[in-house]
Amino acid sequence: MSTHSLVRDDVQNAPEPSAPSRVTGVAVIALVVDLIGIGMMVYAVKLLRDYNHDNTFSTVVAVILVLASLAPLWPTVQGFVGGAKRARLLGDKQIVAARRAAARGREDAAIGLGYGAATIIVAGLLWLAMTNSGAVADTFLRVDAWKQSFDELIHAFWINVWVAVVSFALVLIFGLILAIMRLLPGRAGAPLRLIATVYCDVFRAIPAIVTVLLVVFGATLAFTFTQTWNIAWLGVVALTLTYSAYVAEVYRAGLASIHPSQSAAARSLGLSYAQTLRAVLVPQAVRRMVPPLMNDFISLQKDTALLSIAAIPEVLTVAKYWESKLYTLAPVTLAALFFIIITIPQARFVDYLINRDASKRAGG
Amino acid sequence: MAFLEINDVRKSYGDNEVLKGVSLNVERHEVVCLIGASGSGKSTLLRCVNQLEQVNGGEILIEGDTVTGAGVDLNRLRRDVGIVFQSYNLFPHMSVLKNVMLAPTMVAGVDTKVAREKAMSLLESVGMAEKATAYPDNLSGGQQQRVAIVRALAMEPRIMLLDEITAALDPELVGDVLEIVRELAHDGLTMLLATHEMGFAKEVASKVCFLEQGSILEMGPPKQIFENPREERTQQFLSRVVKSGRL
Repeated sequence: MSTHSLVRDDVQNAPEPSAPSRVTGVAVIALVVDLIGIGMMVYAVKLLRDYNHDNTFSTVVAVILVLASLAPLWPTVQGFVGGAKRARLLGDKQIVAARRAAARGREDAAIGLGYGAATIIVAGLLWLAMTNSGAVADTFLRVDAWKQSFDELIHAFWINVWVAVVSFALVLIFGLILAIMRLLPGRAGAPLRLIATVYCDVFRAIPAIVTVLLVVFGATLAFTFTQTWNIAWLGVVALTLTYSAYVAEVYRAGLASIHPSQSAAARSLGLSYAQTLRAVLVPQAVRRMVPPLMNDFISLQKDTALLSIAAIPEVLTVAKYWESKLYTLAPVTLAALFFIIITIPQARFVDYLINRDASKRAGG
Repeated sequence: MAFLEINDVRKSYGDNEVLKGVSLNVERHEVVCLIGASGSGKSTLLRCVNQLEQVNGGEILIEGDTVTGAGVDLNRLRRDVGIVFQSYNLFPHMSVLKNVMLAPTMVAGVDTKVAREKAMSLLESVGMAEKATAYPDNLSGGQQQRVAIVRALAMEPRIMLLDEITAALDPELVGDVLEIVRELAHDGLTMLLATHEMGFAKEVASKVCFLEQGSILEMGPPKQIFENPREERTQQFLSRVVKSGRL
């Protein structure tokens, strides 16, 4: 740059070196939070031992919980140490070293704060469960009720599993037919497009529980040949009708997400519309469809519990029977636990697929 | 009768008239370059020739047979008219070799083994044979564009449309791609290309058309257009190109 340069030293002073940030304030807050957490935890484990009549198991759990609640004190103390170090170095005019010590101290104090806050939440939940001399635990978490109902519940849960799997297999086929109908080109395809669109709109609008009710009770009256069917198959029909509408949408959106330039490239090589779909669009779209399809599958698995409205003997129906028999919701909690156990790994798997896809695209 | 005749072609998207009556003839073995600012209608004109876009008026004929309007076998037409795009548009889920073999095997019904040999020799000719098993995402822009040219050539088109095929490339990769086009021109392939590479147009074109807002403003041999343009708008356009160092 010449003498006309826009930047001149004489008007831009070098900045003052910035002072190290403060540490002690954060450390004090962390200490207070830690102490509240410890206090709450001690009280909560006392309730826990009272509820379990001071048996050995509850004592062991209590000791572990209290020891865990003490852990956040260590990084908090480190935070105070960092603060002291910062003050000493600042006294020696070692600004860079003081900044580093301050940063490390704040990091430590923040860790103490975070774990202290988590302790408060855990202790609070335990407190809530044990409050009212164990009323919450009695209502939802009775081990004896779990033991009594487990065999029948796991047996009933099998219905949920096969209904979900069979329904989704049918949904993948029926949804594909709907999606193809919606993609038919030209004026000739217009009426079929309209029918498929109306179907998707209608069955996404009706709550699934209403469809279950209408199909399971209605079919046996309107189509008498279904009276000989295992009633769970009517549940399969209802869920298939509902979820096909969602899955058709996934297929359609997946194909629409492929850039039009791919279709242009294929068509300009002389491929027909059908050949373009088969060789170029579908193979690319399938990869993008898998995560949303998995999400719909997970959702379908949970909606099998809706079949309890029609007294199909799946897990929730049986759980409610045990609930009225034992006067506790614990069997229903157990049913919830079954769903949690099969659903969470699948949800994680979907996340993994999505992340893998995202990182692949970022890498490309 | 010219090989490709474009007669008074009009094209609009809604109220936006992109082509306002374009007429142009391309003789066999001729290389015709379309130049002009972005949005002047170069790409649209190319996409009308292979009917990726339908015309709203006028007519396009190849060897005297109309390709516009109803009743034309588009898949048949597109076998004879190759196109290469600015953004390559390779199929990302197929290897380079599969990209090149797809249309010959699926559309032309060529035997897989024959198609593979043909594809390999074409890839060889553009220096891409060793990348035959690679996937497009792992290739540079220049490599992808060379594959895209080969993919179009594999159908043995009688005319090639090149739509700003070097516009998305890093400057140092442009040369390789242009070299291939130069060879094709030398071999006598009929080509209609839209380009911003004025130096290249000057070198290979038998005819240059300057498009301005959907009309051909000036047309003639490259020497005349680049060195002695008649129209003021052509002069302005070329002087801006010179200023940006592209000529």
